[in-house]
Amino acid sequence: MKIFVPRDMAAVAVGADRVAAAIEAEARARNIPVSIVRNGSRGLFWLEPLVEVTTASGRIGYGPLSEADVPSLFEQRFFDGAPHPKCLGHVDKIPFLARQARFTFGRAGVIDPLSLDDYRHHGGFKGLESALSLGGVGIIAAVKESGLRGRGGAGFPTGIKWETVARTPASQKYIVCNADEGDSGTFADRLIMEADPFMLIEGMTIAGIGVGATKGYIYLRSEYPFAIRMMQQAIGIARHAGYLGASIDGSGAAFDIEVRVGAGAYVCGEETSLLDSLEGKRGQVRAKPPLPAIRGLFGRPTVINNTITLASVSFIMAEGAKAYAEIGYGRSRGTMPVQLAGNVKFGGLFECAFGVTLGELVNDIGGGTHSGRPVRAVQAGGPLGAYFPPALFDTPYDYEAFAKKDGLIGHGGLVVFDDTVDMAKMARFAMKFCAIESCGKCTPCRIGAVRGTETFDKIIAGIEPERNLALVRDLCETMKFGSLCALGGFTPYPVLSALDHFPEDFATPPLRHAAE
Amino acid sequence: MGLIQEIDYGTKPANAETLVSLTIDGVAVSVPEGTSVMRAAMEIGTQIPKLCASDMLDSFGSCRLCLVEIEGRAGTPASCTTLVAEGMVVHTQNERLGRIRKGVMELYISDHPLDCLTCSANGDCELQDMAGAVGLRDVRYGYAGDNHLDAAKDVSNPYFRFDPAKCIVCSRCVRACEEVQGTFALTIAGRGFDSKVSPGMEENFFDSECVSCGACVQACPTATLMETSVIEIGQPEHSAVTTCAYCGVGCSFKAEMRGEQVVRMVPYKDGKANHGHSCVKGRFAWGYATHRDRITKPMIRAKITDPWHEVSWDEAIAHTASEFKHIQAKYGRSSVGGITSSRCTNEETYLVQKLVRAGFGNNNVDTCARVCHSPTGYGLSQTFGTSAGTQDFDSVEQADVMLLIGANPTDGHPVFASRMKKRLREGAKLIVIDPRRIDLVRTPHVEAEYHLPIRPGTNVAILSAIAHVIVTENLIDADYIRERCDADAFAHWAEFVSQERNSPEALAATTGVDPELVRKAARLYATGGNGAIYYGLGITEHSQGTTAVMALANLAMATGNIGRVGVGVNPLRGQNNVQGSCDMGSFPHEYTGYRHVGTENVRESFEIDWGIKLDPEPGLRIPNMLDAAIDGTFMGLYIQGEDIAQSDPDIKHITAGLSAMECVVVQDLFLNETAQFAHVFLPGSTFLEKNGTFTNAERRIQRVRKVMTPKNGYEDWEITQLISNAVGFPMNYAHPSEIMDEVARLTPTFANVSFDLLDRVGSVQWPCNEAAPEGTPIMHIDHFVRGQGRFFVTEYVPTDEKTGPRYPLLLTTGRILSQYNVGAQTRRTENSAWHKEDLLEIHPHDAEQRGVTDGSWVKVASRSGEIALHAKVTERVAPGVVYTTFHHPMTMANIVTTDYSDWATNCPEYKVTAVQVSPSNGPTDAQRDYAELGRRTRQIEVAAAE
Repeated sequence: MKIFVPRDMAAVAVGADRVAAAIEAEARARNIPVSIVRNGSRGLFWLEPLVEVTTASGRIGYGPLSEADVPSLFEQRFFDGAPHPKCLGHVDKIPFLARQARFTFGRAGVIDPLSLDDYRHHGGFKGLESALSLGGVGIIAAVKESGLRGRGGAGFPTGIKWETVARTPASQKYIVCNADEGDSGTFADRLIMEADPFMLIEGMTIAGIGVGATKGYIYLRSEYPFAIRMMQQAIGIARHAGYLGASIDGSGAAFDIEVRVGAGAYVCGEETSLLDSLEGKRGQVRAKPPLPAIRGLFGRPTVINNTITLASVSFIMAEGAKAYAEIGYGRSRGTMPVQLAGNVKFGGLFECAFGVTLGELVNDIGGGTHSGRPVRAVQAGGPLGAYFPPALFDTPYDYEAFAKKDGLIGHGGLVVFDDTVDMAKMARFAMKFCAIESCGKCTPCRIGAVRGTETFDKIIAGIEPERNLALVRDLCETMKFGSLCALGGFTPYPVLSALDHFPEDFATPPLRHAAE
Repeated sequence: MGLIQEIDYGTKPANAETLVSLTIDGVAVSVPEGTSVMRAAMEIGTQIPKLCASDMLDSFGSCRLCLVEIEGRAGTPASCTTLVAEGMVVHTQNERLGRIRKGVMELYISDHPLDCLTCSANGDCELQDMAGAVGLRDVRYGYAGDNHLDAAKDVSNPYFRFDPAKCIVCSRCVRACEEVQGTFALTIAGRGFDSKVSPGMEENFFDSECVSCGACVQACPTATLMETSVIEIGQPEHSAVTTCAYCGVGCSFKAEMRGEQVVRMVPYKDGKANHGHSCVKGRFAWGYATHRDRITKPMIRAKITDPWHEVSWDEAIAHTASEFKHIQAKYGRSSVGGITSSRCTNEETYLVQKLVRAGFGNNNVDTCARVCHSPTGYGLSQTFGTSAGTQDFDSVEQADVMLLIGANPTDGHPVFASRMKKRLREGAKLIVIDPRRIDLVRTPHVEAEYHLPIRPGTNVAILSAIAHVIVTENLIDADYIRERCDADAFAHWAEFVSQERNSPEALAATTGVDPELVRKAARLYATGGNGAIYYGLGITEHSQGTTAVMALANLAMATGNIGRVGVGVNPLRGQNNVQGSCDMGSFPHEYTGYRHVGTENVRESFEIDWGIKLDPEPGLRIPNMLDAAIDGTFMGLYIQGEDIAQSDPDIKHITAGLSAMECVVVQDLFLNETAQFAHVFLPGSTFLEKNGTFTNAERRIQRVRKVMTPKNGYEDWEITQLISNAVGFPMNYAHPSEIMDEVARLTPTFANVSFDLLDRVGSVQWPCNEAAPEGTPIMHIDHFVRGQGRFFVTEYVPTDEKTGPRYPLLLTTGRILSQYNVGAQTRRTENSAWHKEDLLEIHPHDAEQRGVTDGSWVKVASRSGEIALHAKVTERVAPGVVYTTFHHPMTMANIVTTDYSDWATNCPEYKVTAVQVSPSNGPTDAQRDYAELGRRTRQIEVAAAE
C-alpha cells in the first residue's frame, strides 16, 4: 500500500521526514508492508506534514501530523483510509483545494515528482507532443492565443516575447528560467520544482522548440537546496529517457537544460542582472534596450521567463490555448497561483482564475489572520508591492486593477498583517530592503535607499516629520522614475502605500511634540 | 590660444547609412539609425545632463541624469540607452524631468565632500557642472548620513591618485579599463551603497594588473582619479594637439599647458591612430623633458678622455664645421657622414640627409631604421612595390583572423594592442607565432586560437611550412593570384613551398612546433575570412629578416589578403618616426620616397632644386662607416638623436669605430652612451619644443606642435641648418613647414602634403598627391603599386649563430611596456618604478639545471662578450630560450649580440644569439669598466668663478 509523505521543504521543516521515518519504523514493527512515496506538497501548508493514503474512493489525508501521531494512525488503520482525529477526509474535497482551478499545479502533491511514469500517467508530455507536431510557429500562436503573461511580475505577454526571440536571427538562442524566487511570501516556483519538476522541463523544452533554442538554463536560488537537487535529478532522468538531449523524444529537435545556482542576491531575480550572473559576472542590472529577447544571455536572443510562466505552457499546449484563455479577468487570462503567507490562518498556494477579489483571497480563502486579530494590511506582490488596507479589498485580482490602485500582483505573493503592525516601520523596511539588495549600479537605488532609510529614522524619531515626509515623497518620485530596474523603481510602492493608506502611523507623537 | 574642448556626445557614433528623423524639443534632426537620443540631441547642441555617459564608452545607463520623456512611451527612459526611432518626439526638459534630475543630484551630493574650492578637479569637474546644470540648491538629507568621505586615498601610482571619497561610482573607469584598454584591472567591489571601485582584488593600483594607461583617469568625471601633475600644478589654461614621440603608433595628444609648463598630456579623440587612447609612456612619461640630466649648452673637447667644456652655440657650430672641413681636406670627401634619427621629425631628418648629400658632398647618411625595419622597406617594396605597411590601424576592426608574428604589441605598441584586443573580444581569431608566451596568447577575455612557439631564428621555416599547407591543401585564392600577381613567380614559389622538405612535418625539428598546430593555423589564416598579418622586429632583426618579410607578403598574396580593409601586411614600427625617417631619404642609396640616388632624373630634380651637383654613388651604411673608421678612412660623424653605442649590436665593434674617429658630433637631449665617444655635444630639443611632423606605422603624417621654448635654444632642424651654413651650403628655412613644402615639391608620394593640409584635416597617409589628395588609408586596392604582386622563393637558411655545447641557449631581446628602447627618456621618468633594471627571463628547467634562482645574478656569455644581470625564472620563455630587454645601458645587452645581420639590408640579428647562462656574483668586469668609463667621459668642466 502506498503512503504519501511530502518531501517538500516546507513540510520537512515541520517534521515530514520524522513522520516518514516513524511510519516506516511502525510498519516494520507491525510487519505491515507499506510503500512510502515522497511526493511534493499540495500547498496546504497549515496542514503539513499532510500524509495521504490511496483508497478506492480516492486519496484520504491526515494532518498536520507529528511522529507522535503515527502509532495511533496505525492503530486506526489509517492506510485503509480509516477515521482518525487528524483525518481530513478526501484531500480533493478540502475546500481550500476544491475551490481552486489547478491548471498548472494539478499534479503537485499528487505524483511522485521523479517518476516519469507517474508524470506521463497524469497528462505529462502531452503538451510536448502537441508542441512537436505544431512546430515553432504553431507553439507561439498558441501561447499568444492563451493570453499567458509573465508570472514573474511584469506581466508581459509571453507569446510576444517568444515571437521576438524566434524572429531574431542567431546561431544560438537560449531559454532561461528565472527560478530565483526571492519575493517574501512566495513559494510557487519552489513548489513546481519540488512537486512536478518534469512540468518545468517540458515547458522549457516547448519554449526551446518554439523559438529555436537548444539550450536552457534554470537560474535557481541557493536557498532552495531541495529544488536544486530535485531539478538536477529530474533533468538526469529526462535526459536518460530521451526527453532532453540531441533529439527530444525522437523528434530530431535538440534541447538540453542546465541548473545554475545563484548566490543569494535578490537583485539577481531581475532578469538582466540574472543574465549577468549567469554569464559569470557580478549580478548587475543592464540597461534596456537591448531587450534580452534580442541580446540576452551571452549576447544572444534569449527567452527569459519565470518558472510559473514556463510551467504554465505545458498545460496550455496539453489542454489547448482556449482552455486557458477561457477563464480569467480582463486582460489577465488563465490562472494565477496566489501564495498566501504572513499572519494568515490558511497559508499556502491557491491557484485560481484571475478576478477573485483581494478580500476573498485574504478573508474567505486565507481565513483572516493567524493571530485572530483584525487584518490591517496586505502586502501584495512581494517586498516591492503595495500595502493594501481592507478598504481596498474589493480590488479584483488582475494586473490592471491592481495597477489602478498603485499596486501590483507581482509573482502572486500576499503577506497578511494584523492590527499590531507599525506601518512606519514597514515603510522604513521597504527602503532598508532596497538598500540591502541594491546592486549599486544606478544612483536613485544605490544612494536613495540609504537616504530613505535614514529619513524614515528621522520621521520615526519625530525629527521634522512634515519636512522629512515631503522629502521622502520627492525621493520616491526620483526612485520610481529614475531607477534603472524595478528594485529601486518599485520600492516607492510599499512606501507610498504605507504613507497614503496609513497616515496615522506617521503622525508626530503629540506628547513629544509638546515637550519640545 | 585656449584649452581645446572636445565635445563629448555621450555615446559612440552609429555608422548606419539609414537616417532616422526625430524631433527633440521641437527641433527636427536626422541621425544615423542606431544613434542614441542623447547623441542626437548633442548633434543639435542640446546637452542633456549626464555623468556616466561618455562617447568613448558603451552606454551604461547608471547615473539617471539623462532621463527624457518620449511621446507615446511610458516613464522617463535614459537618453543614453534609448535609440532614436523614426518620428520620435523627445522632450529633454520639463518640470518633472527637472525634479527627478535634481533629486538624483541631491543624492550624489549627500555623499560627496564639499571641498570644491580646494579640489583638484575644480574647473574641470563634471559633477560640479551637472550640479549647476540641474540647479541643485539644497541637500535636504543633510551630510550626517552614511557616507564614504573617510575612504583612504591610494597614492601608489606615481602618475595619478585615487581618492575614493570623491567617487560617484559611475563605473566609467571600470568600463574604460575594459572597453578601451582591455586590461580588466578594475572592478566594482561590493554592492549597493558599499559599491566601490577596486583595482583587482582590492589591491592598490600599483600592485594590481593596472598598466597605467590613463584611460580611467581620463574617463573619471570627478577628482577621484586625477593626474598627480594636476594636483600639484592646477588646471591647464591652453593646449595644443601634438603627436607622441614614443612608439610607431603615433598617438595624438593634447598637450595641456599652463604657461610653458606641461600640466598633462591627454589623448586626443580625433587622433586617427589612437582615437583618444594612450599608454603609460605617452600619457605620463614626459618628465624627461625637464629632467636635471638634460644638457642645454653646447660642449666640446679635444679628446674623449677630456672633460667637457661648455661653449657658445657659435663656437660649437664653427668648431664642428672646421673639424669636418679639415677631415674632408685630409681624408677626402667621403670621410664624413651623418646619421639621422627615427626620433626626430620628418623635417629634421630630411635636413640631415640634405646636409650630408649637399653640404658634405657624399651619400654617407644612414638611419637607425637600419637596425629595425630596413628589411620591411626592402621586402615590401620588392613584393608589393611600396616600402610600408598596407593598411591603416582602423583596418583591424574588420579583421577576422590576425596572424601576429615577432611582435609583442601589449608592450611595444600598447595602444594598437588595445584595439586588437577589442576586435578579438568581438570574435576575431588570433594566431601568435613567437618563441615567448606573450601576453596576447592569453589575457583577460582574449585567447589566441593557436600559439606556435618557434625556436628563435626559424621564422622563414615556419612561414614556408604555413605556405606549404596553404598551397598543398589548395587553400589559395586562385582568382586573386591570377588577376593580381605575376603568374611565373607564383608558379615558381608554389612549386618551391610544395616540396616535401617544406612541410610542417619535415620542418618540425627545425622550428620546434607541432606540425598539426602549424596546419591548423595555416588553415585558419587562409580560410577564416579577412586575414591580417601584424609583425614586428621579431621578423626583421634576423639574418633572414628580408626573406621573412617577403614570406609574409607571399602568404598574404596567396590567400588574397591584400588590397582591402581588414587584411594586409602590417609592420608594427618601433619608433615614432621610423617610417618617416625612411621616407625622408635617410638611406645612403635613396632620396625621399625611396628613389635611388643613381636614378638620373630623380637626382637631377634634387640638383636643380638644391643648386648643387650630387654624388650618384650610394654612400656608406652605419656598419660600413664604423669599419671604415677602423680602417682609417672615415673620421667625422654627425649623429642626430641616435645612440648607436647602446642600440646597435656588437657594441665593442661600435665603440672601436667611434673611438677611431677624429670628430664625433652628438646631438641629443642627454649625454647618452654614444656621447662618451664624442668630441662635440650639441644639445637637442624635445618634441614639446619643436614644430614638425612624424609619420607613424600606418604612413600617417601628423603634426608635432611646439608648446614650449627649446631649453637648449634651438629646435633640432635649426641646428642642422646652422651646421650646413657653416660648412658652406646655405640653408634658410624660417619654419619647418617650408622644409615640408620642399619635400612635397621633390617627392611624388608627398606632392599634396603641407602643414596647411595637416592643420585642416588632422593627418594624412601617404601617398598623398593629386590622385589621393587627402591620402591613402589602404594600399594596393585595385592593383599592386609595382604592377603585379611578386612572389619570392624564400629558402630557409639557418643563421650562422648556432647553439652548441658552449652556448646552448638562444637569447632573444625585446622591450617592456614601461620602458622605451634605450630608455634615455623613460629611465628619466617615474616609469622606472615598474622596470628598474633589465632582467634575464629563463625557463625553470634551464634555471634548475644551472642552479639559477629567481632574482639571483647570472652571467650571460656569447661569442661576442658577456654581461651579468638578475634572473627572472618564468615559463613565458620556452626551455632553451632566454630573453632580456635592452632599456638600461649598464646591462649592455648588446655586448653579447653578434654582428650577424640581414643579407639584404644589414639589419642586425638582435633576436638570435647563442649564449650560456651561469650563476654570477655581480656585474662583469666589462660592465664595471664601462660604468667607470661613463663616469669619466661624462665629466663637465666647471666654469671658473667669475
